[in-house]
Amino acid sequence: MSDRRVRFLTPVVTVVLAFVVGGLVVLASSANPLVVYRSMFVGAGFDWPFHLLPGNPFGVNEMIAASNLQSTLVEATPLVLTGLAVAFAFRCGMFNIGGQGQFWIGSTAAFLCAEHVAQNQLGTWLGVLAGMIAGMVWGAIPGFLKAFRGAHEVITTIMLNWIAIFMVSWLFGLNGPFVGEGNTQPISDTLPDTAWLPTIWGVLQPVTAGLFVALAAAFVYGVILRRTTLGFAVRAVGFNADAARYAGISVRRSMVLAMALSGGFAGLAGSVSVLGTDHRITSLDVFASQLGFTGIAVALLGRNTPLGVVLGALLFAALDAGARNLGGDFSPELARSLATVIQGTIILIVGGEQVVRWAFVRRRRALANEAAG
Amino acid sequence: MAHEPSERSSSDAPELALELRGVTKRFPGVVANDRVDLDLRRGEVHALLGENGAGKSTLMNVVYGLYGADEGEVLVDGKAVSFGSAADAIAAGIGMVHQHFMLIPVMTVAENIVLHAEPRSGVQLDMVAAHARVEDLAARYGLAVDARARVEDIGVAMQQRAEILKALYRDARILILDEPTGVLTPGEALDLFAVLRELKARGTSIIIITHKLDEVLAVADRVTVLRRGSKVGTVDAARATERELAELMVGRHVLLEVERGAPTPGADVLVIKGLAVRDDRGLPAVRELNLTARAGEIVGIAGVDGNGQKELVEAIAGMRRPSAGSIVVDGKAITRCSPRSAFEAGVGHVPEDRHAHGLVLDFTLAENAALRDYYRPPISRRGWLDRASMVERVRGFIEQYDVRGGGAHTPAGSLSGGNQQKVVLAREIQGDPRLLLASQPTRGLDVGAIEFVHRRLVEQRDAGRAVLLVSFELDEILGLADRILVLYEGRVVLERASGTTSAEELGLAMAGGLAEPGA
Repeated sequence: MSDRRVRFLTPVVTVVLAFVVGGLVVLASSANPLVVYRSMFVGAGFDWPFHLLPGNPFGVNEMIAASNLQSTLVEATPLVLTGLAVAFAFRCGMFNIGGQGQFWIGSTAAFLCAEHVAQNQLGTWLGVLAGMIAGMVWGAIPGFLKAFRGAHEVITTIMLNWIAIFMVSWLFGLNGPFVGEGNTQPISDTLPDTAWLPTIWGVLQPVTAGLFVALAAAFVYGVILRRTTLGFAVRAVGFNADAARYAGISVRRSMVLAMALSGGFAGLAGSVSVLGTDHRITSLDVFASQLGFTGIAVALLGRNTPLGVVLGALLFAALDAGARNLGGDFSPELARSLATVIQGTIILIVGGEQVVRWAFVRRRRALANEAAG
Repeated sequence: MAHEPSERSSSDAPELALELRGVTKRFPGVVANDRVDLDLRRGEVHALLGENGAGKSTLMNVVYGLYGADEGEVLVDGKAVSFGSAADAIAAGIGMVHQHFMLIPVMTVAENIVLHAEPRSGVQLDMVAAHARVEDLAARYGLAVDARARVEDIGVAMQQRAEILKALYRDARILILDEPTGVLTPGEALDLFAVLRELKARGTSIIIITHKLDEVLAVADRVTVLRRGSKVGTVDAARATERELAELMVGRHVLLEVERGAPTPGADVLVIKGLAVRDDRGLPAVRELNLTARAGEIVGIAGVDGNGQKELVEAIAGMRRPSAGSIVVDGKAITRCSPRSAFEAGVGHVPEDRHAHGLVLDFTLAENAALRDYYRPPISRRGWLDRASMVERVRGFIEQYDVRGGGAHTPAGSLSGGNQQKVVLAREIQGDPRLLLASQPTRGLDVGAIEFVHRRLVEQRDAGRAVLLVSFELDEILGLADRILVLYEGRVVLERASGTTSAEELGLAMAGGLAEPGA
């Protein structure tokens, strides 16, 4: 099989396998997996396109389907960005686990900008930008520490996550400087709707321009990697930092820039979440959110390609949205767990496969060296 | 536990110590060994000769139990065997000394030798017995080692002897040596050959894997030549010549020596004064070194690996900061500059390790061809890559350098070593360097590719560039360099014009025989 086909097929096989394992779990709780999966499919709103067929043969309720699909897309939006945040660092040979912290730093900057600079569209878009820049700064720190002090980015990004999380939860906590006026809850003010990202589709939980920001970011990600000298250097360092150095590429510069851009993607995720969907920052959410970590799985599943990351984000969002729709004899707790089981299985298989591939490539290299030596 | 080798009466012992019948080993996409027959007589030295990638190491790894054969039989003492691991092979009396030694640096020589078969008294390790046995064995075969020294403190030649003792300690009657002279000085190689003759006289059967023709003729009784995984033939060494063996190996007529005219040296290109460089551990590796290379000449740096060559080359290429001294290229001081500034000042660099340093194996050939100057026109403008010009350039390389096995979009890792080196060489020459640093440029290449690289280096000399050739192969230095410098412990201990020296003189200098103490 050609490399290209392997690269395309493995994520598909991974997902199918994960659904099979999830199906066994459903069976174990004495429900019919096909019924459950159908219900999740509908819950994610993936049946919505069928109402466009002439005569609506499947009897899709357009209103409900649209609202389901909207919530899937809303959830996928920040995941695309946190996925890119992990993927970009990967391409430079680094593991950015700091998406969570970069996300909240970005959220905070975006929120403060929209609230205090101008409560209109200008302020909003400045806020999007501010979130990105704040994320870049937060991401660049572990990049610097790695490049100049040799501190491993896995350690430093995890530590910076905690610094960011406690800092942001304090900023918007009770007695914090930015807690909403007169609030007895640790929540910020709510932004006026003049400062929200424009709505694209839907009413209740509408898809906003944030989706386009995410898709544009995925496009820019691809362009940077494939078409720019920066991307060339980043990929060279990611594949073989020694050879890059011998060729005259500054490994340090590439590492710092790659981490900064990674942080920028996560910061953008924070921007579009707070300005598009939440419109406020809740101190408790800061601890509960998992978006940055889910981004790791999204990037792994998407093999660090822009399209892969977008599809991976869509899948993970659809699993969450779909699980919320499960009802009847399937209890809500069980439903949520099912989504987690499938996601966890995907992560396990993808992770395992990466390890196998890594070992296999090393072995093949060793054999090649031996044959050549 | 070691025990005395069982003495067989010569009448019922089969004449062959080892026999391979139709051994085939496949890897995904390649047949590494294709129905190879081989017979090793009792008490002979049998050379396994072939180019890189001919399947020599693979074949021996099958014998040593590291790989299972897909087809064919392995017979030891006339009995078919099937080894699941190296442990099985060792139990059957086969020992192998790998190219990269498998010794534990912090343990003593004796500890390494007895490891996993330690003499014990009760549950305790009996080091007294261990030392006694090792010393006894060493004396018996004339393998001088210091049993109590730590491996990290002794030289490679002694490490190699320790490896051989390790095999003998486990009662090896068949000894396989993989490229044993690669790390040795010419003198040490001769010592090794003497040991092999001694082992042979005592009935050990030896297979030596090599691609060096002179060694084969010096030490082997018979030679089996492999080409592309198949056996070409077995010949008596006494009746073979280097030229015949080379042609068997490559399958065509080969030029063993590069034809080159007299050099026409011009102005000084590289001037190094009082250079001192430290190694990774912070110890002095290059000391007070002075060196000049002129346009239109090849300066050869001879020496045994580890005498400061790596640090010298890295300092010139901007990879390592010197602690003292100056490096000037074409009138520009580049003493403490970055690799990129060195490149821009006119230094082209063919690194020693092309897999780790010369190429990004996951990059395509087009990307590798642009690795040096991707940041400036014609490859890029204002930060945007021009993929079309990358592809155009590499197509030129492929044509001019006869790169085979892939096109512009093929990953570099899927090319053979020789073709990879052509890409590196083409890229470094493309940058129009004033000085071309070539560090072990033919390491691991086969005869055909070596010939190609050598011709290109001479071409660069004739085009008026200065070429600094670092090589551990004395023949390569003697065949190419117009001026030869011998590096020993970071100093130039001998400088000779080509034709005014001999391999013996250089070998002596490489071994430190000419170093003035305290100089």
